[in-house]
Amino acid sequence: MIAVLFAISVIVFVIFNVIPNSDPALRIAGKNADAQLIENVNEEWGFNDPLPVQYATMMKKVFTGDLKSYQSQLNVDEQILDGIPVTLSLCIGAAVIWMSFAILFGYLSAVKAGRFTDRSLTILALIGISMPVFWLAAMLLYYLSFKVTLFPTGDYVSLAESPLDWAYHLILPWFTLAVLFIGFYSRVLRSNMLDSMNEDYVRTARAKGLSERQVRIRHVLRNSLIPIVTLFGLDFGAVVGGGAILTETVYNLQGVGAYAGEAIGTLDLPPLMAVTMFGAFFIVFFNTLVDILYAYLDPRIRLA
Amino acid sequence: MASEPYVKPTFETPEGAPGEEYHVPGEPTRPPGERIEGRSPWYLAWRRLRRNRVALAFGALFVLIVLFCLAAPLWADIAGTGPNTNHLTDQITLGGEPTDVVAPNGTPIGPGLHTKFLLGADTNGRDVMVRMMYGGRTSIYIGVMAALITTLLAVTVGLLAGYFRGWTDSVLSRAMDVVWAFPVLLLGIALGTALAFGGLQLGPLTIPDNSLWIPILIIGCVYVPYMARPIRGEVLALREKEFVEAAVAQGKGPLRIMFTELLPNLWSTIIVFFTLNIANNMLLESALSFLGAGVKPPNASWGTLIAEGYDAIYTAPHLTIIPGVAIVLTVLSLNVFGDGLRDALDPKAKIRLEH
Repeated sequence: MIAVLFAISVIVFVIFNVIPNSDPALRIAGKNADAQLIENVNEEWGFNDPLPVQYATMMKKVFTGDLKSYQSQLNVDEQILDGIPVTLSLCIGAAVIWMSFAILFGYLSAVKAGRFTDRSLTILALIGISMPVFWLAAMLLYYLSFKVTLFPTGDYVSLAESPLDWAYHLILPWFTLAVLFIGFYSRVLRSNMLDSMNEDYVRTARAKGLSERQVRIRHVLRNSLIPIVTLFGLDFGAVVGGGAILTETVYNLQGVGAYAGEAIGTLDLPPLMAVTMFGAFFIVFFNTLVDILYAYLDPRIRLA
Repeated sequence: MASEPYVKPTFETPEGAPGEEYHVPGEPTRPPGERIEGRSPWYLAWRRLRRNRVALAFGALFVLIVLFCLAAPLWADIAGTGPNTNHLTDQITLGGEPTDVVAPNGTPIGPGLHTKFLLGADTNGRDVMVRMMYGGRTSIYIGVMAALITTLLAVTVGLLAGYFRGWTDSVLSRAMDVVWAFPVLLLGIALGTALAFGGLQLGPLTIPDNSLWIPILIIGCVYVPYMARPIRGEVLALREKEFVEAAVAQGKGPLRIMFTELLPNLWSTIIVFFTLNIANNMLLESALSFLGAGVKPPNASWGTLIAEGYDAIYTAPHLTIIPGVAIVLTVLSLNVFGDGLRDALDPKAKIRLEH
């Protein structure tokens, strides 16, 4: 894991400091930098040093909380920390929605394979994975909070302030973020369930005299959920680590993603550098956590 | 046919000597003397695909969308305007009355039945229909080119890692794992913004920062692990087969085995992934462009059209809705067709999507 984290930080360094074909100080300082600022940045980041030294300087800045945006004069790490509660509110709610709907739809689809329910759910799932998230968000905002004023137009109310308002403001973002994953997971679950329906243990369960319902839920569904949990580990890590950038930007939720989104508009690189690195780190941590959980849930994995 | 009495068929072998054919139970019997027609796996796949009307219909829809976008210059000629021509102060005749293309309060005209401004105008007074067609060319071009890059890289990595195993595999797989750890969108954004100044210098090749090749290369690279992993897995299984051993025994070198023995067995996987990859690429392109890290002016894509239109969503929603619908239709057509292709090429569902 340490090796992966190191490799990630090297890639981030390479992306921001090595590949681009322009003066690094100019890039870091931002669009509207004057000569003096560029000079300062050059000094601070040591762009004349050899690459390994530059790498060390960058890592030191990111991890000592010393990294700041030269455009907004704000400390990057503090801004990211400020965004975490918003991002977590969005992602945890969306994750609950996407897992429940995905399991429900996948189960129905597999049980009714080939029938009308299955076909319509398949079409819905395909539409779900074919929609740009930001466009869906824009459409929901336009139709459900502008045309018909059912929901507020984005913004975030903290959970401590008013739990009801918090949820009310987050309903649209939750569903927006969940749609893609519902579509994808329900299809994966469907095919896994159809595969395991032919397994020997299912025949055994039936032979034991279990009801069809018990066979489906206790045996087929449970075993088919394992790959879904793996996917969930990856995707949840990705959305928390800044992957919810589009949803946050459109709904104006000031989370980690929206912070990165604003930085793109102004081509402000230090925030992007930090968000990219923390995002990838978070995914790695989360995956390790899922792996450990797995070993706990399934003894076979522990042995392998 | 099945109800006919069983007749043991005989047929002439190519040499002309009388031979007997083993009768496959369940297969219809053949009159004596008739040759068995060879059916290649491709022909069988095509027969399965042909039965899947929905997939074919969506495949046709994609072709229509591509043709529609290719006809952009033609329509621009008919409408008498270009994708970047402003008509901010112009007037056109609507229902016999002259109307401002863009009203004094900044609201452009909406879609209507007139050749010019068929889908309305944008806030700069540009023809949305013409821009849509040109934007579609960009979006589809990026999607296809990036998919070609992804496929090329992923197949190379998958073949090398799966065939040589050992340390080659370790190095390549670890590298893929690291790229995999980044959220795709964030990695795309990081590259997109880092290359937004000054473009890219690849040896003797310089790519300016507003070139379409910047998003193409970025999108082409970030999806490589998602395709390389399953291909590597398949190669690992294939290389244990007897035909590879036979090729080794014949004295074929690793490269020839990879290209003449392994690659032909990977085609169905590659085709399926390629189709679905174009769909994903188009979604990623639109997201990057929406955020300002993708296609740069003067080029326009469906993603940048939405980004521009979104600023005026409350006064001119058609600017957001139309390009969005175009993306959904195109991506949906590719996804449904790709799904049908997978069912046809791989009836036992070996090809698994990991995302």
